[in-house]
Amino acid sequence: MPPVVSSLLAAFLVGGLLCLAAQLVVDLARMQPASVMVLFVSLGAVASGLGLYEPLVKFGGAGAMVPLPGFGHTLVQGIILDITRHGVVGLLGGGLEAAAMGITAAVVFGYLAAVLFNPKG
Amino acid sequence: MAMLTAAEKRIGQQTLLFHNRPVILAVGSVVGPFEGRGPLGHLFDEVTPDSLLGQKSWEQAEVKMLEKAVDIALSKARMQPGDIDVFLSGDLMNQITASCCAARTVDRPFFGVFGACSCWTEAMSLGAVLVDGGYAARAVIATSSHHNTAERQFRYPTEFGAQRPPTATWTVTGAAAAVLTAGGDGPRITHATVGRVVDIGLKDPFDLGSAMAPAAADTIVAHLRDTGRLPEDYDLIITGDLGRVGKPIATELMAEAGYNVTPVFDDCGLRIYSDDQDVHGGGSGCACSGATFAAQLWADLARGHIRRLLLVATGALFSPTTYQQGETIPGIAYAVAIEGPDGGRP
Amino acid sequence: MVKATQKEQQAFKNIQKKYLPPRPWLRNAVLAFLVGGAISAIGEGVRQVYMSFGMGPDLAAGPTTATMVFLGALLTGLGVYDEVGRLGGMGAALPVTGFANSIVSPAMEFKREGWVMGVGAKMFVVAGPVVVFGLVTSLLVGLGYYLLYHPR
Repeated sequence: MPPVVSSLLAAFLVGGLLCLAAQLVVDLARMQPASVMVLFVSLGAVASGLGLYEPLVKFGGAGAMVPLPGFGHTLVQGIILDITRHGVVGLLGGGLEAAAMGITAAVVFGYLAAVLFNPKG
Repeated sequence: MAMLTAAEKRIGQQTLLFHNRPVILAVGSVVGPFEGRGPLGHLFDEVTPDSLLGQKSWEQAEVKMLEKAVDIALSKARMQPGDIDVFLSGDLMNQITASCCAARTVDRPFFGVFGACSCWTEAMSLGAVLVDGGYAARAVIATSSHHNTAERQFRYPTEFGAQRPPTATWTVTGAAAAVLTAGGDGPRITHATVGRVVDIGLKDPFDLGSAMAPAAADTIVAHLRDTGRLPEDYDLIITGDLGRVGKPIATELMAEAGYNVTPVFDDCGLRIYSDDQDVHGGGSGCACSGATFAAQLWADLARGHIRRLLLVATGALFSPTTYQQGETIPGIAYAVAIEGPDGGRP
Repeated sequence: MVKATQKEQQAFKNIQKKYLPPRPWLRNAVLAFLVGGAISAIGEGVRQVYMSFGMGPDLAAGPTTATMVFLGALLTGLGVYDEVGRLGGMGAALPVTGFANSIVSPAMEFKREGWVMGVGAKMFVVAGPVVVFGLVTSLLVGLGYYLLYHPR
């Protein structure tokens, strides 16, 4: 199997399982979707700090990065990197710095979409 | 049944008796395209091509629907807005702005009412009081709801990809209006049972049917006790929007109180959409009971298919603030007894 | 009527549970898996494209995220993403495309309330908690890391 195909399948599997787990929490623990999103971001951050998320990224690629736990991972890894470089001030700067592209894209595209589109309901 | 003296305008704990039996002279209903595709689609006076009506926002579209419904009812009654003595209207918007803006256009003395989805029968009760008491010869009542204004205000932005649980109901996009007069030919309002707030302690804003069922049962039971009637004295007892979950719960609560309503009990929220419209729990919103009454039930009464109707709109009295603060969701229901023009049974 | 007593609430719940429809949790879980997996696979495809331009995995991460955000924003603007969400549930909400949807949908919706108080102020009304708690939790984790591995 060519490496691209196997990486697509791995991403499908990892991303799918993360979403499946989130859906089970919504339906069985009766939590609101927004609360589950917050939970999973936080779990991703914790897993990242414990070094447990990196192997998932190595295996699943975007399958681990695209779902929200990956956002938590990005934040934590950014903080750790910045602490290593700059000491304690890395706590405040590193997270947002690593997530900057995603958040800026979200704000800018959100604004553009509001300019160009109207809600259809 | 014993003869009542003219002085007895209140009977029992919660029921008002209208000796002069105000007439519902004419009705008007306007709905959106989704409702137009439902089982009652061919009965509504107007089905709009979309839910924006060429306006700049859903809220302004809701106002337009309300104004149209009033226009339709007035033209059927062969009246002008200037003939109206009082206008009563309510809706789901914060500060009932849809009704207030429509009232600006109607430009007659105005009472805004709020009862969440029970606005229709609340307005009807109060309108009947004014007409029966001689304070108005001609009253117009109206109500509206809009799926998108409700979603935006109570839940999520309309393009947000949230999944709805099976108990969630779908807010009807539409408006209804009725002309109440002291005289004339048409179905007559005989009683109104004023609901009290009933809170069974539920907190789920996606399962309002369960939250409102106790209030519906409470008001219907109070009505039957106050009037000394039985469920079978009515051809139909119909609630506003209890839906698939609330209706059987209310049925059982009333059975516990000694009343078997099953042969005559139905719900507007279960009539307005078909199963394949995938609305989960059923229809809801002020216009659910309003438009169903205006499109179907009024004609059934006028033509004699129904001789005596108990219309019970139900409301869930909450806001995003209250449920986010962990407050429970209280319910209320207003019941109005209406007879066909020939006056049903004595 | 004052609020129901515990006994009354319990009696009511006993009636209610007879009529509450069960959540189709299995169906929802399978759909979330399929939709979430598909979106993740698309993300991986995007990442592979960026890596083929010579970017290493670390460098490709940012542009991949931005591209997925763009896709989610576009599908939301076209009025398609709410259907994806209706079907996929958390499979649509958990990926970063869902994050984009949660920002773009209020931005579009509240445009009618103006650019400053509508779009600007309400853009994060749904996604805000993710950013807030993401930052707070990651900071706490980072603090733990700092105290463990970088003693003064």
